[in-house]
Amino acid sequence: MAFPYTVATNVPTASLELDADVLVIGGGPAGTWAAIAAASKGARVVLVDKGFCGSSGATAPSGTGVWYVPPDPARRAKAMNSRWDLGGRLADPAWMRRVLDRTYDNVNQLAQWGYPFSDDGEGRSIRTSLDGPDYMRLMRKRTKSAGVKILDHSPALELLRDESGAVAGAAGIRRQRGDSWLVRAGAVVIATGGCAFLSKALGCNVLTGDGLLLAAELGAELSGMEFSTAYAMALEGGSVTKTRFYDWATFTFEDGSPIPGAASKGGRSVIARVLQSQRVFAQLDKADAETEQAMRYAQPNFFLPLDRVGIDPFKQRFPVTLLLEGTVRGTGGLRIVDHSCATTVAGLYAAGDAATRELVCGAFTGGGSHNAAWAMSSGFWAGSAAGDHGRHLHGRARKFARAGGVGIVDGSSRAIDAAVLTRTVQDEVWPYDRNYLRSGERLTDSLGRLDGLWSGIRTAQSATIDEAQRTREGVAMLATARWMYRSALSRKESRGMHKREDFPQKDDSQLHYTTTGGLDEVWIGHERAPSPELEVLAA
Amino acid sequence: MIEVISEDRCTGCNICVNVCPTNVFDPVPGGIPTITRQDDCQTCFMCEVYCPEDALYVAPLTTAVTGVTSAELEAKDIFGSYRKSIGWIRGGRPRPTPEIMKRLDHH
Repeated sequence: MAFPYTVATNVPTASLELDADVLVIGGGPAGTWAAIAAASKGARVVLVDKGFCGSSGATAPSGTGVWYVPPDPARRAKAMNSRWDLGGRLADPAWMRRVLDRTYDNVNQLAQWGYPFSDDGEGRSIRTSLDGPDYMRLMRKRTKSAGVKILDHSPALELLRDESGAVAGAAGIRRQRGDSWLVRAGAVVIATGGCAFLSKALGCNVLTGDGLLLAAELGAELSGMEFSTAYAMALEGGSVTKTRFYDWATFTFEDGSPIPGAASKGGRSVIARVLQSQRVFAQLDKADAETEQAMRYAQPNFFLPLDRVGIDPFKQRFPVTLLLEGTVRGTGGLRIVDHSCATTVAGLYAAGDAATRELVCGAFTGGGSHNAAWAMSSGFWAGSAAGDHGRHLHGRARKFARAGGVGIVDGSSRAIDAAVLTRTVQDEVWPYDRNYLRSGERLTDSLGRLDGLWSGIRTAQSATIDEAQRTREGVAMLATARWMYRSALSRKESRGMHKREDFPQKDDSQLHYTTTGGLDEVWIGHERAPSPELEVLAA
Repeated sequence: MIEVISEDRCTGCNICVNVCPTNVFDPVPGGIPTITRQDDCQTCFMCEVYCPEDALYVAPLTTAVTGVTSAELEAKDIFGSYRKSIGWIRGGRPRPTPEIMKRLDHH
């Protein structure tokens, strides 16, 4: 069955057609906050998720810290300063402040909505962490009660644009019905998450960079894509990534001897090097019985695979691996041009891990805490602005055209084999010695093959409806890998998570944001980062 | 990855078909769902969390099928164990004292 849009005209049609002021693509924390914020502006909102809003994405199956700091100047300054150097001084202090303010209000809103925060034994509720299943179940409920129409299992395959080049909606498939959807909208929020290249890191297999591709096809720009080297620790063969608890671990070779310099923090690259040729074992032998009790309560999912395999991680050594989290726990994403989280495309906004997090984290995120704060803050801003923008365009006559490219428009060469494409991209981005431990030579080598791969598919026939989602995921991952490595090649220094073997030092003449974009031709640019001289962190 | 749907426990409500983010299950009219696309399972355990009958079991590894049976899981009382540990079954998740929880703060 041919994909239904492949008709001679460019006028898009679908089995289900809806009109909205705002379309939100992605139903994780950023998307749900965006949808609720847009609805509160009086906008008609549709939210589509390729999986199920409430269980999809990196947050729902895990627990996350939240960068929740009460508005006490000393505590706020401390919180910001603690991140400043870690992020390679690329964070923007003004944005850090905004995110701290917004996160404080949003988390307090969660409490009002009935999120079950526990208390500290003295009647104060602890609001610095969220359990994913509870958080996202509540967010789905609030999204629905805000009047938002949710389409689950409805991957977006392309954006729509109008005659001026502004975004005008999106189209995709309803994979459990085998038909198509189309939403005409005045504004679109991209909240599709980052890209973890189907590594099976917890909850990440829906995060394939789809929104980055969709936005780039309309000309949107990206920023910070070199900060995409996140790998998280897990039981070998497992999916549960919770690197923090390995702070209590000792790492050993197969024979039981300690690995010099190995650590979950500050020594993870040592572990990556060893993993290239042999197994690495961990044991949480630095934790006592009471710490174990606290850990088991705080992160039950950490223990789930271990318990089921029959390993006592405190008393036994167990093999570990590092799973690619790419830009999910990296900081690169769609470039944001103002406080409303607008992209460079009219009507198009970005939130959560789909957007650059350099503004709040710079070149490094140590964990979910800042990403969670960013997701709820950027979602709120993007949704609010999209609500206003979409309502403003309400009722205006527009011409709608499809904006999708490779894999969805019809070309002359044979259709893309999505499985082969995916594996080929993974071979370039999964290996520790290509992505984690970078060098100019190996990046150039990978880019040669990735660019060749793109040339090979750019005139492919459109995918069938059954293969459309996987095909577009493969195309999105390929595009994302090329932006990542082109950006990584251009930053000839080591900063934050981006580590170059051939440029191991930081070079402050490169204290800029790397911008990128383009599909057939990937371009690189620079944007000025906030100057350290203007910094007033210690206020 | 997802391995077991207990025929004794499953009521065919198809919640798992709906909540699975990677669309692993297919509904069966008048029956219980099938695990149709096991390779797509990302081992996120969300189907287990949402199953009101504790009828599902996700094996711990993404890389290997264990072949565990429903009877073995019943004998070891494993159905519902994850829901219990995250507190989605009442009383399943007692919070340690604040002093104990502080152990995680400064490390």
